[in-house]
Amino acid sequence: MTRVDGYGRVDRTRTLRFTFDGVSYTGHPGDTLASALLAHGVRTIARSVKQDRPRGVTAVWSEDPTGLVQVEEPFPEPMLLATTIELVDGLVASSIGGRGRLAEVPDTARYDRRYAHCETLVVGAGPAGLLAARTAARRGDRVVLVDDRPAAGGSLTGTERICGRDALDFVADTLAELRAHPDVRILLRTTAFGHYDDGFVLALERRTDHLAPAPQGLSRQRVWRIRAGHVVVATGAHERPIVVADNDRPGIMLAASARDLLHRYGVLAGRRVVVFTSDDAAYDAAADLAGAGAEVTLLDPRPVRGDSRSGDYRRSRGLVLGTGAGPDGAISHVFTDQGELPCDLLLLSGGWNPTSHLFSHVRGALRYDAELGAFRPGEALAGVTVVGAANGTFDLAGCLAEGRGETPEPLPRTNLVLWRTDGDPARQYVDLQRDSTVADIARATGAGLRSVEHVKRYTTIGTAHDQGKTSGVLASAITAELLGVPIESLGTTTFRPPYTPIAFAALAGRERGQLFDPVRTTALHAWHVARGAVFEDVGQWKRARYYPLPGEAGGTEDMDTAVLRECAAVRRDVGILDGSTLGKIEVRGPDAGAFLDMIYTNLMSSLRPGRVRYGVMCGLDGMVIDDGTVLRLDDEGFLVYTTTGGAAPILDHMEEWLQTEWPHLRVTLTSVTEQWATFPVVGPRSRDVVGALAPHVDVSAAAFPFMTWQDTEVDGVPVRLARISFSGELAWEVSVDGWHAPALWRRLIALGEPYGITPYGTETMHVLRAEKGYPIIGQDTDGTVSPQDLGMSWAVSTKKVDFIGKRSFARAENRNPLRKQLVGLLPLDPTVKLPEGSQIIEQTAELPPPPVPMLGHVTSSYRSAALGRTFALALVKGGHARIGERLTVPVGGDLVPVEVTGSVLVDPEGTRRDG
Amino acid sequence: MQLIECPYCGPREEVEFHYGGQAGVAYPADPAALTDEEWGRFVFVRANPKGRFEERWSHAAGCRRWFTAVRDTATYRFSR
Amino acid sequence: MAETLTRTGALDGWAARFAELPDSVALLAEPFHTMTSVRGETTLRPNTWVEEDGFDAVWLGPDEVLRTSPFRSAAELGGTDVSAQRTTIRLRGAHARDLLETGCAIDLHPRVFGAGSAAVTLLGQANVILLCLGENDYRILVRSSFAAYLAEWLLDAATEYRG
Repeated sequence: MTRVDGYGRVDRTRTLRFTFDGVSYTGHPGDTLASALLAHGVRTIARSVKQDRPRGVTAVWSEDPTGLVQVEEPFPEPMLLATTIELVDGLVASSIGGRGRLAEVPDTARYDRRYAHCETLVVGAGPAGLLAARTAARRGDRVVLVDDRPAAGGSLTGTERICGRDALDFVADTLAELRAHPDVRILLRTTAFGHYDDGFVLALERRTDHLAPAPQGLSRQRVWRIRAGHVVVATGAHERPIVVADNDRPGIMLAASARDLLHRYGVLAGRRVVVFTSDDAAYDAAADLAGAGAEVTLLDPRPVRGDSRSGDYRRSRGLVLGTGAGPDGAISHVFTDQGELPCDLLLLSGGWNPTSHLFSHVRGALRYDAELGAFRPGEALAGVTVVGAANGTFDLAGCLAEGRGETPEPLPRTNLVLWRTDGDPARQYVDLQRDSTVADIARATGAGLRSVEHVKRYTTIGTAHDQGKTSGVLASAITAELLGVPIESLGTTTFRPPYTPIAFAALAGRERGQLFDPVRTTALHAWHVARGAVFEDVGQWKRARYYPLPGEAGGTEDMDTAVLRECAAVRRDVGILDGSTLGKIEVRGPDAGAFLDMIYTNLMSSLRPGRVRYGVMCGLDGMVIDDGTVLRLDDEGFLVYTTTGGAAPILDHMEEWLQTEWPHLRVTLTSVTEQWATFPVVGPRSRDVVGALAPHVDVSAAAFPFMTWQDTEVDGVPVRLARISFSGELAWEVSVDGWHAPALWRRLIALGEPYGITPYGTETMHVLRAEKGYPIIGQDTDGTVSPQDLGMSWAVSTKKVDFIGKRSFARAENRNPLRKQLVGLLPLDPTVKLPEGSQIIEQTAELPPPPVPMLGHVTSSYRSAALGRTFALALVKGGHARIGERLTVPVGGDLVPVEVTGSVLVDPEGTRRDG
Repeated sequence: MQLIECPYCGPREEVEFHYGGQAGVAYPADPAALTDEEWGRFVFVRANPKGRFEERWSHAAGCRRWFTAVRDTATYRFSR
Repeated sequence: MAETLTRTGALDGWAARFAELPDSVALLAEPFHTMTSVRGETTLRPNTWVEEDGFDAVWLGPDEVLRTSPFRSAAELGGTDVSAQRTTIRLRGAHARDLLETGCAIDLHPRVFGAGSAAVTLLGQANVILLCLGENDYRILVRSSFAAYLAEWLLDAATEYRG
């Protein structure tokens, strides 16, 4: 055991049990997996990814490049840092060789997000951050204070004094004061990992991993989305090692990390310690470790000075050049410029790098400080303040002053900037996780790379989980040295979010499973479910695709059987469809007709109240974007039906033109998509059903002609009937408000029973409309298809002076007779159903060598009950002129001969429309 | 997640908005009078400057109003 | 003859699951509020709603006001009837704001979004009209087709407060 009495803040009255690499150990609440292992003298906890070298813990928090482990219990998770895993009872972990293993079972934990708004966000609850938060809270700001460690205090060890008091007491008092403010939120175990525009910071809170067992209902991790008026970056600094040969062995760590282990966890990481430093801060580590009982030798290349902290350690001017290992691979001695020194712990300290990531994320420029040997925030950034060590202010008094908003006098620098000592570059590790060395950088510069960004990608330095927290500046410096240029001319690689690795599960939050994407349902959804409908996704909608009946041999009908049955029933008797998903827009105002004349290719202003007209909308380029029917409600009102998918985009499209081009038009647009449920009642017996529903309405063809509508009441409820057909059959669209939709639907089903009414789904709707050659915008079109290509010149006004898209029709290319045009295709073998998307080529018995000229593709393909065969719709080059020709459709290895036909295959004379 | 200032609703997250491209591109008074090339330029060609850009936005998830905003295309910052 | 034409609310059938929630995040479906869209310039301040004579008026945009009432008819309110376009959910309790803050990006602090505030915005992935009635007391108007999604989302968000 290396636990030292009288040190550390772990709760030694309680014991936790855990397993690492199959061996049982104990630890205490407050430990991390790393501190507990080190307390047992376990120094090797991982193997390196490329060279399989043993690795230990080199830093005690998220900057550690080496100590990655695989957690097995409580939930399998790869590539976690042992230094950041809080110890819980029953933890099971194992060492890994640079690659982890994803869980093979679903993660059942909850993850969520939460928004927070504040005037001041302080990141880092060290001395500077605490003071900044206190200052903001006292002036009445709403404050969010986040810190990634389980306790506030930052790098304070408990040996310091603040305002004449024990520093940790000061921390506790300040926290208590902050907690007393109602509008201060303190989030510990919370890593601010990204800083974005307009004071937006993302932070990950680890809420349950330190609790065993994890409480029910609480999310395991939460992503805080914090919007702050002002962001105070008080994130401290990372100690920087000095690169020496064989600097990757277990038992080599940063000086402050060893000191933190002692004061936070009571762990003395070595008994015979060598400290190699060019900076004063490591003297504290030397003194404290010596005070705890270690035998400490400090080597410093600088002349010995009298003002650094004294202690019970030997100190001499010197350099560490390399290390040697014992049989376990851990450090056993160092080579210095004065000879060999035995040791079990080597501490390295070459100074400090301000942790300015959150400043850099928002494009804050860093400036190289030659005295520090580090990059620090180099400019003021609106809305962001960097204080304390993150700003390059490393003394406690300076940090406190900056936290209060003051500008302290900078202290004179005494450190020596030293990146590496002499040694074999192939054994001098820069990025320990990537096994990348000075020799790798030399290879990169030797290959001609001059940018640190290129060197990073060539050597992979800084690309591991730690993103080069301890290696990035070293890599820049050594690159500069090798190129013989000043480091400030190279800069650093760009800091990008996330600051630490973030699980995708946390980013997804609750948007998983049924909440992944909103599911939109119609007022009849429960009926469809009860009826056993099979649903299909149409955008976000769930639409009933077909309603399978029980099959003959148990089970249910397959789709082909069900759809053939539904199609036959509609054309023989009557069917009913839930068409409520169609977009509906009420267009109202004195200029509504003039407005729609510009929106549609055909004339709408001439439509009389009580009448219905089919219309096509194009974009400026003359290509079809939507279609549907328009009902004229009254002099100033129209009801526009869009396609299901077109509801939102067409409303936006119409608003855009209305607001930005024609604001003088007195027109308003109101979405009424869910206000009205619409049920097409379709088939030869539909007149009987609608007549029974509305006995006061004369539903004869003469009194209620095609493309007209009438309002009526059913049990006092307003119901609209419109003679519209998307199938060629006699049909009514019955509309009612959404509240009464289920009852009216059930009424229609009951009234239709004597006539064999069959509910049908979208698949049958598609077949019925395709048999009539009615295109589905977005299926038979793809944004490159004009109304003329669809054979709908009749829907394009020649009288109107202008409408959206009209000018494009006059382009020569739009009149090219070889444009792709919508036609029907009949496979010569009536049983072959062409896959939608199949390419179409000239008639051939043998596939010619590529490239084979493509004539077009199949857009819709079905089996038809009415035709007793398969058929398809297709876009074919010059298709209208090819009717009667034979073409070939390669399907898999087969060449399917097809005949081109007109697109209307059922009832081309339109005799069925009026029943 | 940027904030965009809707002139009616105030600042909202950018996901509530739809982008509408360059502002001030007027629909031609008489499209029929344009040559194919002029019409093609109107339909397809837009400015793409680095720096200050007047563009249209719609507060699609809010009040559904279109408005013109000035944004720097290099920094993404809106002029207020 | 079949049943008479009765009304069905978009969240009928959810009452039992709503009833399981603790008082700190109480959900109540308010199914049959009349709503109309009234267009034209309004004196209503942006992002607010007010109680008027027999109805509530909600600012939706510079030329659009939504009138809502649990007892008046659409004809009485005037404007385009959009009663079935949206449905209403009442959310109140000590954690009501906490719950909304798990999925609503706007600042809901009472100083910013207190009683009388209204916003057309996103909650989860659904477009909503959010009204603040008082401290930790909200009305959420959601498109009927999104109601089931939002109800599921709210119930899921309440998991933490079930105790």
